Amino acid sequence: MDFDWMKIPYAFLTVFIVVNYGFLMTALIQKIGARAGRRYGIPIWQNYIDMIKNYSLRSSITHGVMFYLGPVFRLSGGVGLLLFVPTIYGSYMFSNFSFAGDLILALYFVFFGTLGMALGAGESGHPHAAIGVSRGLSQVSMAELPFAMAVFSVALQYQTLSVTDIVAAQQGGMLHWTLFTNPIAVTAAMLSFLGSMMRPPFDVVIAPQEIPIGPPTEYHSSYLAVMQTNRAIFPVAKIVIYMNLFFGGATGWPELFLKVFLLYLFSAFVGVCFPRFRVEQSVRWFLVWAVPLGILSIMVV
Amino acid sequence: MKPELMKRMVKGPDGLEFEVEPLRDYYCEAPPTVMPAAYGKIVEDLFNWARSESIWILGFGTGCGAIEMRPLMTPRFDAYRYGVQWRPTPRQANLFIISGYLSTKTLKRAIRAYEQMQNPKYVIGLGSCTINGGMYWDSYNTIKRLDDYLPVDLYIAGCMPRPEALLAGFMDLKKLIRAGNGEGANQYAENFAWYKENQKRVIHDWDMPDYNW
Repeated sequence: MDFDWMKIPYAFLTVFIVVNYGFLMTALIQKIGARAGRRYGIPIWQNYIDMIKNYSLRSSITHGVMFYLGPVFRLSGGVGLLLFVPTIYGSYMFSNFSFAGDLILALYFVFFGTLGMALGAGESGHPHAAIGVSRGLSQVSMAELPFAMAVFSVALQYQTLSVTDIVAAQQGGMLHWTLFTNPIAVTAAMLSFLGSMMRPPFDVVIAPQEIPIGPPTEYHSSYLAVMQTNRAIFPVAKIVIYMNLFFGGATGWPELFLKVFLLYLFSAFVGVCFPRFRVEQSVRWFLVWAVPLGILSIMVV
Repeated sequence: MKPELMKRMVKGPDGLEFEVEPLRDYYCEAPPTVMPAAYGKIVEDLFNWARSESIWILGFGTGCGAIEMRPLMTPRFDAYRYGVQWRPTPRQANLFIISGYLSTKTLKRAIRAYEQMQNPKYVIGLGSCTINGGMYWDSYNTIKRLDDYLPVDLYIAGCMPRPEALLAGFMDLKKLIRAGNGEGANQYAENFAWYKENQKRVIHDWDMPDYNW
């Protein structure tokens, strides 16, 4: 088997770029949310300061092995999601470790971090963490269902399980995007997207005003810093998948930055407009609005 | 001591009998240790700067002064632009604001919350009640001097201080932290016996270990 070792430094470079972009973009989105509430909002570099602060805390306590592994799983879920799909289409440097069946692996990695978090938070023994995890798993499972259906629909449409091939099929103008060739699947996926971005109306899991604050209740200092790093990587990685499947992919970093920002802005826009759902409300919402669309998209294809 | 905190035998759903001792099982009793600044001056300066610019407050309003903290999240005062955020769990918080009078019942919870916070941690006494008892100076059920029970970094005087005074207090706290003087956690560890003696003098139903975590 020939493995190109040069891919490893390139992968590090991809992660480095995405971490920095993720930190700045999430801060910018928070600022936009604050402006919608007529506040000035956090400084744009606040995420970096918070992370240095959390790493610089002198003491930390543990609740066992799984407590350590929870944030590690979460981070590896984010990084794995990012590295196993092509970040930039047609670029040797940033295609990373994508391969013929990477779509299935990506679907798996989307869920992987959540499961790791569930194990870690469960080990912490805090009742709020346990309740938060059960809420989170039910909501995320429900939100993933339409997304999985949309992915099947797209895979059927292009007759491939390779993200690279799917992007390749969408090249040559905006009207070739899945958004226009299979709008029902994209709609179902975008509704599911709202559910997995942990923004209102689907942020009951980690909202500080609910059971404080769900799964990460017991996480602190460097554990929390690792999770913060993942909170910068994971949304970008997830949006990169969406972009590749439905919005024509990106052929360069500026295009990627713009598309990822706009997609994230979509969830933020919905978030500032609508109040928070309880878990059973959001589950019902996904069942009523998103899942039928997903089924329809498969049937139409 | 409450009955549910006593040592006892419990029969599990699988028929196995095992011993439960809540005070030992649910808490870690290791006393706090002094954790000095471990790195060189340049790194510690960077860390102190980051600590001062990212102050996470424990969202625990202990008295009437908590009403002055809420406006800080609103558009009028917006403390977020100074790196100040509220965290709902003591594990993630760095700053504990004792907002106004502190009844002995709340003191017990305040101690537990404080001890769950991670080193370095800071305490602000808000309002004159935390300095000398304020208008509750002759109350049988509130403490008079907060500094006897928890190491206070900063007082914000007034009854009540306005949100602007709180913002000015945050700025002063930032200067303290940046100068490397925000060492309340180590002070607490050094004088642990003295603090515990004071705390136990006012809390009569002491049904928890000396150190919670």
